Amino acid sequence: MLPLPVFQHHSPSSLAEAVSLMAELGDRARLIAGGTDLLPNMKHGIVEPEHLVSLRAVTELNGVQHDDAHIVIGAMTRLVDIAKHPAVLEHAPALAEATGQVGGPHHRRMGTLGGNLCLDTRCVYINQTYFWREALGFCLKKDGTVCHVVKSGKKCVAAASNDSAPALMVLGAEIDLLSPRGKRTLSANDFYTTDGIYNQSRKLDEIVTHIRIPILADRVSAFEKLRRRGAIDYPLLNCAIRIDYKGPQIDEFDMVVSALAARPKRVKAAARLAIGKKPSDALTKQLAEVAFKNCKPLTNLDNDADWRRDMIRVLVRKALERARPPVASQAT
Amino acid sequence: MSETAAPNDPGGGRASAPAVGRHGDMLRRVGGGVRYTDDIHLPGMLHAKIVRCPHPHARIVSIDASEALAMEGVHGVVTGKDMPIKFGIIPWTPDEYPLALEIARFVGDGVAAVAATDERTALDASRKIKIEYEILPYVTDPHEALARPEIGLGKRGDSNLSKHVALEFGDVDRAFQESDVISEADYFFEGSAHAPIETHCAIGHYDNEGLVTLWSATQVPHYVHRELSRVLQLSPARIRVIQPPVGAGFGGKSEPFDLEFCVVKLSMITGRPVKILYSREEEFYAHRGRHPMHMHFKVGAKRDGTLMAVDAKTLIDGGAYSSFGLVTTYYSGQLLTLPAFPSNYRFDSTRVFTNKPPCGPKRGHGSVQPRFAYEVALDKIAVEIDMDPVLLRRKNAVEPNSTTLNGMRVTSNGFAECLDAVVEASEWDDRRGKLPYGRGLGVAASSYISGTNYPIYPNEMPQSAVQLKVDRSGRVTIFSGQSEIGQGCDQLLRVIVADELGLDYSSVRVVSGDTDLTPVDLGAYSSRGTFMNGNAALMAAREVKAKLREVVAEKLSCPIKKITVSRGALCHIDDPSRSVDVTSAIQLAEAKFGTLGSVGYYKTPTLGGDYRGGTIGASPAYSFTAHVAEVDVDTETGEVRIVKIWIAHDCGKAICPVIVEGQMEGSAYMGAAEAVLEEHVCRADGMHVGPSLLDYRIPTSLDVPDLEALIIESNDPEGPLGAKEAGEGPLHPSIPAIANAIYDAVGVRMDHLPFTPAKVLRALRAKAAAAGSEDAAE
Repeated sequence: MLPLPVFQHHSPSSLAEAVSLMAELGDRARLIAGGTDLLPNMKHGIVEPEHLVSLRAVTELNGVQHDDAHIVIGAMTRLVDIAKHPAVLEHAPALAEATGQVGGPHHRRMGTLGGNLCLDTRCVYINQTYFWREALGFCLKKDGTVCHVVKSGKKCVAAASNDSAPALMVLGAEIDLLSPRGKRTLSANDFYTTDGIYNQSRKLDEIVTHIRIPILADRVSAFEKLRRRGAIDYPLLNCAIRIDYKGPQIDEFDMVVSALAARPKRVKAAARLAIGKKPSDALTKQLAEVAFKNCKPLTNLDNDADWRRDMIRVLVRKALERARPPVASQAT
Repeated sequence: MSETAAPNDPGGGRASAPAVGRHGDMLRRVGGGVRYTDDIHLPGMLHAKIVRCPHPHARIVSIDASEALAMEGVHGVVTGKDMPIKFGIIPWTPDEYPLALEIARFVGDGVAAVAATDERTALDASRKIKIEYEILPYVTDPHEALARPEIGLGKRGDSNLSKHVALEFGDVDRAFQESDVISEADYFFEGSAHAPIETHCAIGHYDNEGLVTLWSATQVPHYVHRELSRVLQLSPARIRVIQPPVGAGFGGKSEPFDLEFCVVKLSMITGRPVKILYSREEEFYAHRGRHPMHMHFKVGAKRDGTLMAVDAKTLIDGGAYSSFGLVTTYYSGQLLTLPAFPSNYRFDSTRVFTNKPPCGPKRGHGSVQPRFAYEVALDKIAVEIDMDPVLLRRKNAVEPNSTTLNGMRVTSNGFAECLDAVVEASEWDDRRGKLPYGRGLGVAASSYISGTNYPIYPNEMPQSAVQLKVDRSGRVTIFSGQSEIGQGCDQLLRVIVADELGLDYSSVRVVSGDTDLTPVDLGAYSSRGTFMNGNAALMAAREVKAKLREVVAEKLSCPIKKITVSRGALCHIDDPSRSVDVTSAIQLAEAKFGTLGSVGYYKTPTLGGDYRGGTIGASPAYSFTAHVAEVDVDTETGEVRIVKIWIAHDCGKAICPVIVEGQMEGSAYMGAAEAVLEEHVCRADGMHVGPSLLDYRIPTSLDVPDLEALIIESNDPEGPLGAKEAGEGPLHPSIPAIANAIYDAVGVRMDHLPFTPAKVLRALRAKAAAAGSEDAAE
């Protein structure tokens, strides 16, 4: 078996205690919010924290609240609970679909939304054992100086592989962070950077506390995921779409495609094309084409990069088909 | 408890009511009630790690373990020099050292092993062992291995050749001249791994009396016992191999492995028990999975559907070591001649070494790959001559009680009934070729051995044996050398013995897989268990039964032939009210004969073709299988969804129908997984593309098609109660049936495995482009 490295485990029971622990331990510590990503990465020597600060016992981070304007999800809410939450299903179906397709049932029972948001980037050349990576000669992301995806590349192109990220981005979610320096809020859109080594704007000692999703009438959203098996797999590609309708017309539009590189890709040209139009097969085709033109999968997750690129059109089409105007809007 | 005539038992009858429920022994397994090797924790036990070579081909210049040995908690290090004797499962091709002696031959080859107080310390210590390598030229492609003999991976170092077999039967060239249609194409089978959920695990204990005990997750305790003795230079009398229940083998645990030698040697050095549990990554390096094969197949036929000839040329990618490769090379040709085959055949198979994890036997050893090529070729011929592919197979089927063109004796043969069953269940006649575009049906067939007729090392002794201990409390213990690896062989023995002696299933126990307690059985491989071990158990049980009948006949004052066995009692066949319960019968027999017990064994008859290699593929009985697969091809994504597989399998007689169904379903799903998901690939530089269960994708429960098992019973004259194998045969037709169904669905031929969405989409586009250019030309 592959043993875990030695580390010290902390289990604070309040947010304040967690914050002060992170202040004290600094970058020797990592937060653990489910562990389905972190622990395998530790076994592989991709991260080597001396301390793990578990948020499991911080009950104030648990649960889904909502009023007329927002859904507020505690960062430690389990993925399985989000996927079937009535308010999420009604107002943010893209997120319900995304969280319902993470890993397998066990991962969704262990994994949390905060954890999935902060999932490390993935690549076939990094998510391997230390022995394998050493035999290969390591890579930019950890322990090495070369990239095996983009030869002579100087920038790590490990891919954002969290299913929740594109959903939260199109839904305009806001993410509350708490650290020894105080509280701040980032939009989901600003949460990710283009650096595959660490693709978050979040500092390592910042704790994601809550995720806030606006509720809008006449808003629809959908999520699609490409994978080879019915469960377990990380995305080979995923895509989220959100449309705000004004009557039968598209008033606002957003599309994010991910599992490409470090930052989930917002397809801005799609919004320009869609806004002001009514959904139609022709528009669907145009939007799929725009996504295809703007997104270029690399061989970072699979060798069939060409096939993954072809599938962008299919994913976008499938998502759009499920993002038709709500019945109320159609009536007006 | 009705009396039924048992064809193989002229007198005495047997209890025929089912002794086992729907799930047999499997609930205990899935419920966590089984203790595997890694569940064993001995006092003072050390944990060891094997240091593996990071280069595809390298000479070991030096090993410095001093820093590791100086670490707190580290107790010992072994290297190749501590065990400088070669081993190998085939006595003619020993080419592995427990740890590489001078040269490591693939990324992952073991070079040293270190034992420490815990796994973490052992891992840390393993990284402190300094090994200096001289990098050698390497080869990872089998064609290149043929072209670059100077790499010298072969036995004499002047080639990369592992084995070459060329055989010809009949007049192939003439038969092709007389053929109306010929299908000729290249097929490629990418390798696959067994992916058992339990990785290899072994514990060695050298005790203070000098006795070595090895617990190992193996399918072959007897061979491990032999090789441990030879390599470690210990008398076999001082070695005991215990095989705890195994969490799946599929052929991946059917020869000795590095860890088994290392734990024993390390225990001898440290004086403490030592355990090694492979990581998932190491499981992929130990491999012995299905060989990649490049196959060129030419099949000729008459327009009326008479098959004329087969000419097969196959290049086999063996990986770094021989393993069973000699047999694999023969099997790639020899096992093809059933169930529907022409009478002219030539095959030329070459296995080469490459600097990759060694390939070996995986469920359907050596024959799944050519079966794919051949059954797809038959489908192409059926299309060409516009004949139902089922009819094409019927027309050329080998008869029961016949001999194949390569000298294999066929006894029972339920092939025609297998075809009938899948045709009916799948509504083949009404649906084949008539489903909407994207949906399709395909058929394929196969045959497989019920054990190899000749043991791996030549000897005249029985291949399988059991001993029965009959207790006066009405319990029987079966001591069996067979290896329970989840296939249910213990349950089979219990049912056979319980039925023969009229006992409840729960009154019969099995002690198996322990070289101290049980007689020799060669192991759980080549689908030999039911046939050979079952016959041994039947022989032993009948000896006891004869004694019970004798004493009951005396008690009831009637002739022995009037006494029959029913569940719970032996009774008078004309007046069942006159009876003696089994426990009392046992006590009467013990009083008359002394302590009761018996032995039973199975020896194979003399079989096989009269030519070099003619005994390889010879088996006392052959199973037969036919599949129909239904697929749904998404023409937009290229994804192939396997909707359903109908599996008809002639197992002779289903002694435990639940287990037979389980084997049929398990085989079919495993084949389906190899068809669309699984591929074991190494990069050109020798690196495994991803030695994990995330990168090597085995199906989840959501990816398994609907499976319908249709048991066919042909009552084999030599099988125990008529039984034959069911563990491997039913895998073969899955893959070609799926390929043929894809053709029926969308009109493209998939000759290269696996049928990934990307490949299927490419094929669909190529077809559309070709059709487009034809349209343009018109």
